[in-house]
Amino acid sequence: MRDQTQDQVFDISRRRFIQAVGIGGVFALSTQLITPARAIAAIGDAPSSTKQAVNLFVAFDHEGTVEITCHRSDMGQQIRTAIGQIIADEMEADWSRVRIVQALGDARYGDQNTDGSRSIRYNFERLRRLGASVRKMLADAAGQYWAVPGSECVVADHKIVHAKSGQQLDFRDVIALLATVKVPDDAELSLKSRDQWRYINTAMTTVDMEALITGRALFGADVRLPDTKVAVVARPPVVLGKVTSFDAKAALAIPGVLKVIKIPAPTEPLVYQPLGGIAVIATNTWAAIQGRKALKIEWEAGDNGTYDSAAYQKRLEQQTRQPGKIVRSQGDIETGLAAAATRLDAEYYVPHLSHAPMEPPVATARLTNDGVEVWAATQNPQADQAEVARMLGLQPAQIQVHVTLLGGAFGRKSKPDFSSEAAYLAQQSGFTIRLQWTREDDIQHDFYHTVSAQKLTAGLDDQGRIVAFRHRTVFPSIGALFALNQTGPSSGELSQGFTDSPISAPNLQLEVGEAQAHARIGWLRSVNNIHHSFAVQSFIAEMAAAAQRDPKDYLLEVIGPARHLTFEGMGDPYPNYGEPLTRYPYDTGRLINVVNLVAASAGWGRQLPEGSGLGVAVHRSFLTYVATVVEVNVSGGELTIPKVWMAIDAGTVVNTDTVINQCQGGAIFGLSCALHAGITMKHGAVEQSNYHDYAVARMNEAPPLIEVQVVASDALPAGVGEPPTPPFAPALCNAIFAATGKRIRQLPIGDQLRS
Amino acid sequence: MINGKKIEYTGDAQTPLLWVLRDELHLTGTKYGCGIAQCGACTVHVNGAAQRACVLPVQAVENQDIKTIEGLSSDGKHPLQLAWAEIRVPQCGYCQPGQIMQAAALLNSTPTPTDAEIDTAMSGNICRCGTYPRIRAAIKSVAGGPL
Repeated sequence: MRDQTQDQVFDISRRRFIQAVGIGGVFALSTQLITPARAIAAIGDAPSSTKQAVNLFVAFDHEGTVEITCHRSDMGQQIRTAIGQIIADEMEADWSRVRIVQALGDARYGDQNTDGSRSIRYNFERLRRLGASVRKMLADAAGQYWAVPGSECVVADHKIVHAKSGQQLDFRDVIALLATVKVPDDAELSLKSRDQWRYINTAMTTVDMEALITGRALFGADVRLPDTKVAVVARPPVVLGKVTSFDAKAALAIPGVLKVIKIPAPTEPLVYQPLGGIAVIATNTWAAIQGRKALKIEWEAGDNGTYDSAAYQKRLEQQTRQPGKIVRSQGDIETGLAAAATRLDAEYYVPHLSHAPMEPPVATARLTNDGVEVWAATQNPQADQAEVARMLGLQPAQIQVHVTLLGGAFGRKSKPDFSSEAAYLAQQSGFTIRLQWTREDDIQHDFYHTVSAQKLTAGLDDQGRIVAFRHRTVFPSIGALFALNQTGPSSGELSQGFTDSPISAPNLQLEVGEAQAHARIGWLRSVNNIHHSFAVQSFIAEMAAAAQRDPKDYLLEVIGPARHLTFEGMGDPYPNYGEPLTRYPYDTGRLINVVNLVAASAGWGRQLPEGSGLGVAVHRSFLTYVATVVEVNVSGGELTIPKVWMAIDAGTVVNTDTVINQCQGGAIFGLSCALHAGITMKHGAVEQSNYHDYAVARMNEAPPLIEVQVVASDALPAGVGEPPTPPFAPALCNAIFAATGKRIRQLPIGDQLRS
Repeated sequence: MINGKKIEYTGDAQTPLLWVLRDELHLTGTKYGCGIAQCGACTVHVNGAAQRACVLPVQAVENQDIKTIEGLSSDGKHPLQLAWAEIRVPQCGYCQPGQIMQAAALLNSTPTPTDAEIDTAMSGNICRCGTYPRIRAAIKSVAGGPL
């Protein structure tokens, strides 16, 4: 039996990691704290090591191959490739001599929480500087070798050239000398200009391609350590429910079942704690699943046992019909509405959604002499360290977290409850444990996308122009996961498509209501932008219809002139995804531009056959501007989508094909949100359980063609993974309206087209 | 026979083939996605036809010829694998072995499938990343005909 982990887990050895060094002043520029460490180029006393670390992210082997460390998790956005592109470009490495290794969880990398579409935004500048510092060190090392000033040496394509003497060295030749070279100060660094980029802003194939298409790629579920036992857990059907009694006799009688262990119930606030329950440990996955089926467990539901999503929907909707807390107000909404020639009201609803990544949560844990080692499909290994340490009564430094490839994540795997379960069971049983969530576990015990009701009201003048706009949103907050008595969304949640309304109306008011969470609510790809974009972009098309105007022209009119939003009439500053508005303004000019681009490529305004229609929507999220046009055909209640067009302005992009792929995937993720998917609760328990009743988009439902234009931009890099999703559902529903006259105000669409 | 090698299995005969492949043989290219034949991540070939290993008791495949993604080609250069790389189909990649095995079975029986035939064959395989347009393009690039 081959131990695949030995050759497949791509991490750096613990020894080298501990001895690897900081990188002088480079990180001082970053937005996150990293303790500046003194540079030591070589490993020194490690005779067995064939690697020489230059800094935390760059090492060489004796062949001169560059090992670049990726500290972010790869869940399909191909960040391992993008980080390689950035560093290899600036250090002038030959791509065929670059290898990507995956970082362990460690605070020295700074933020590793691969969430919020910010890997490139957080790291582009600092990793370029890091690459440039290695390039300077290579030049200086060669200079030392030739006894000439480093400034006379040019680094290009894995070589260092001294033009005056016509001499040339390979990177391999100067590795040992790097130990004696000073780490450059920030002021000594020179970044390559855009026209010198060879990898950044190109379409490079993922470094993992071969492994991905041959089945050799190592996902969380694929870790195979010697003597591993498999565990599955029966969790309380209701959040904060408890085990009152259980009988494991029948489970233990199943061949292969070894142990049954109770996992303690969590306390509030939940944060990332496991939900508790009864674990079955067996020699293989099938036996563990069979053992779990044989458990007899009595559950106590607790307070959330009253959660009924149909009743809850009514409560949320009631709330949107009453004034809420005003979070942004311009002009006088009541006067504006009273003076309007036409008044429109519409209510929108989006249910809980589940991430349902193809790979359900999974982690492997094994005890070590001084702690525990975890292999996990995690978006946030430092959170795994913290949560596992809490669960086991250890320190985070005692928890070593290896990050595998993630078989999809969409926000689910930034919550490390599954690593904690694995580690707890390893600690209690003494076994090496692979903790496997089944699909049923995943659908029924997720951190769900919130559930939301919204009411939008507009006043139009006698020319159909918008004179008043009021938007009320009510949804339980993700904050309930982290704090008790959280009754409303945070300003960060509201910043996602609500308080950043780009609507130009003389009278505008944004109000928020209260809502208590009764499920675990977490962030799901594009988070609150999903429901806000759906409502706002649909409602603008409703206004266009009322004004008898072309929806695209009307959308542009409502956005108004190109300008930077000033967030007039807002009490709190606009959070802007953590960036100052001076660096990343909300530029309606870029919003307008993507609308015009996508309209042109879709042939907006062309004649379409009966039953067909085009819909458009535009949205800024994670500092990126995306416009989407969807073409639909609806006949006999059957919806088909022949084609989708998208335009994205994400500022500077690293991998142009990844951006296109993420747009295509983000659109289809939006399609899944719109078509059938919805989590409902009865007596506090989730009613769906697998892909048959939590249906995501399949090939026969998906558009065969999604044409993407990536705006060439030298603006600062913004997000890519999430922004393509929000405009999809409203563009689709606007297209359905254009095709049929039927307005969808509640997701999922389900069978609404048949009624 | 799995990937041309004779395999003896003496455990529970009701165990789905998927778990024998993954847990006993460490052939981890065949993925678990749903356990109820809803997603296709576990697609393998049994006597050349695409089957869902997650619902196939191992006793049902006794003396049958099973091929997994690891055995699709000796060098990872099956025409579909090359097309997958050329068109850069994968995002996370977790479902792709199943997608490729399903597509390979389709092309074995229907060398030049229509769009409708591709839909019929491939709609049992979920890709949550949404790579469907590229999967379709990759299949067509191998099958020939208009893209």
